[in-house]
Amino acid sequence: MPGLRFDDLSVTVDHHTIVRELRLDVPDGAVVGLVGPNGSGKSTVLRCVYRALAPSGGAVLLDSSDLATMSLRDSARRIAALTQENSVDLDFTVAEVVALGRTPHLAGNQPLGPRDRALCDEAMARLDVLHLAERSVLSLSGGERQRVLIARALAQEPEVLVLDEPTNHLDLRHQVELLSLLRGAGRTALVVVHDLNLAAIACDRLGVLSGGALVASGPPAHVLTPELVRAVFGVAMTVVHHPETGVPQLLHSLSTMEESPDGPRS
Amino acid sequence: MRALAIALSVVLLASVLVAIGLGPAVIAPVETVRYLWAAVSGGEIGPDEVTRYQIVWQIRTPRVLLAAVVGAGLAAVGVVVQALVRNALADPFILGVSSGASVGAVAVGVSGGLAGLGIYAVSAGAFAGALGASALVYVASRSAAGIMPLRLVLTGVAMAFGFQAVLSVIIYFAPDSEATSAVLFWTMGGFGAATWGALPVVAVVVLVALAVVRRYSRALDVLSLGDETAGSLGVDAAVVRRGLFVLTAVATGAMVAVSGAIGFVGLVVPHVVRILVGAGHARVLVVAPLVGAVLMVWVDLVSRTVVAPRELPLGAITALVGVPVFVVLMRRRGYLFGGR
Repeated sequence: MPGLRFDDLSVTVDHHTIVRELRLDVPDGAVVGLVGPNGSGKSTVLRCVYRALAPSGGAVLLDSSDLATMSLRDSARRIAALTQENSVDLDFTVAEVVALGRTPHLAGNQPLGPRDRALCDEAMARLDVLHLAERSVLSLSGGERQRVLIARALAQEPEVLVLDEPTNHLDLRHQVELLSLLRGAGRTALVVVHDLNLAAIACDRLGVLSGGALVASGPPAHVLTPELVRAVFGVAMTVVHHPETGVPQLLHSLSTMEESPDGPRS
Repeated sequence: MRALAIALSVVLLASVLVAIGLGPAVIAPVETVRYLWAAVSGGEIGPDEVTRYQIVWQIRTPRVLLAAVVGAGLAAVGVVVQALVRNALADPFILGVSSGASVGAVAVGVSGGLAGLGIYAVSAGAFAGALGASALVYVASRSAAGIMPLRLVLTGVAMAFGFQAVLSVIIYFAPDSEATSAVLFWTMGGFGAATWGALPVVAVVVLVALAVVRRYSRALDVLSLGDETAGSLGVDAAVVRRGLFVLTAVATGAMVAVSGAIGFVGLVVPHVVRILVGAGHARVLVVAPLVGAVLMVWVDLVSRTVVAPRELPLGAITALVGVPVFVVLMRRRGYLFGGR
């Protein structure tokens, strides 16, 4: 099965095991979400895909070939990433930042060709930042900058998109637009999402990480049960199903967190 | 963009000719060109013109060319170093190069070491001191995850204080005031010692460095997105950083060895150029060396003519001219480097 495969991936940094023997498939064309509490190893898994970290055990396979055997540039032609680095040092324009997405496809300082430019414009249009093209990235709001960086990843023309909390800083409309873009693109994507409800809407499959280990995986409807959420996140929630789509959604209620006898009751 | 580069090249050429002509003996540009042509082509010079020819060819030309080369080099190195350490306050001397060079030069001067190198002994000492300081800072700021930019900056600052302390001790125990004036020269910089002999090495090093860093324009652009993002774009930040650090350290060492540590140019010219042409290194690395060269030629001219026969320290003039220009530009264009 083509796509992305984690084959017993383990990551150890300074004698701390951060990811332990992860086995997970991201099938071709599927959107897979990684969820889990803070420090559960989600971003570390993504780092192994965009090559910021090398696995200490196991492998990440792209189309059955080990990423570790590919040059950084070769994997960059096929995998694009939105990292947690949301800052840009220099006073680039939005168009210049998006154009950097073409880097792995261009030799050295080779200037952008017409096709490169068209891809950049299309990516900016899809992320609703085309009107900002000549603005300085440093003058943008957090959400606008996030959309610029995602447009940069799209301009990279990847087979696989790796996004670390892409909905951060985005307003509701842009969250929904981004997720429907992900679903509609037919592109393989691995996404870390904090909001379980957004994850349930956007992803074909979810992998739940806890303490560096995969504790559940499968379609959102199978994975997102009150028992699992309580066990992994330590929060009691009510699961309802969307009246039209049947997608599971979690309802919060602060009172369900109160276990003490004199806490507020519903 | 191309028009700007051509215009700046013309300005540089004109500045060089004017600067060669000006000094205690004023020589018109036409005559300057004639003398230079005579020197290059081996033409005839009338016996009554020999002194003026000597002034132009033996004294002023190497000095002005050296100013242009060092100005270009410092500006380019400043651009690269700011991108590598991702810090707006970085300059070519961030690795403790200037104080390291001073220690090397003064140590050689005071101890009489490297005597086998003759008149180049002190320059060799300065070069060795500059490289030694860079290596020390680099090694001290290395970690398992590679070079951390902020750690490098902090280590450089700390090391500079250490070298200053060594300098103070040398000056304190030195038998005469010569060591003091030597330290002043190496820390403030100047082109008073320029000769044809000193020019070729630094010119070749600077030109090679310029050619190499220009090849890394896009890689430097990518580095500003962060190391992890750079990796996801196929650029190995650690490798680029290591290679360019060695290159900039050698280039800075070569420049410091002939002219001392001329401050401010490498810090401010990169910013001024980014304000004018944007942040893309493909443009900045063409324009910044030209601006640096023009600026340095004029600063040197001012330094040797305003209170002739004495010379003002170059660093004082670069600051006097540069600070107001920089502040005005920065305020007018709403320039941002890495945030608000």
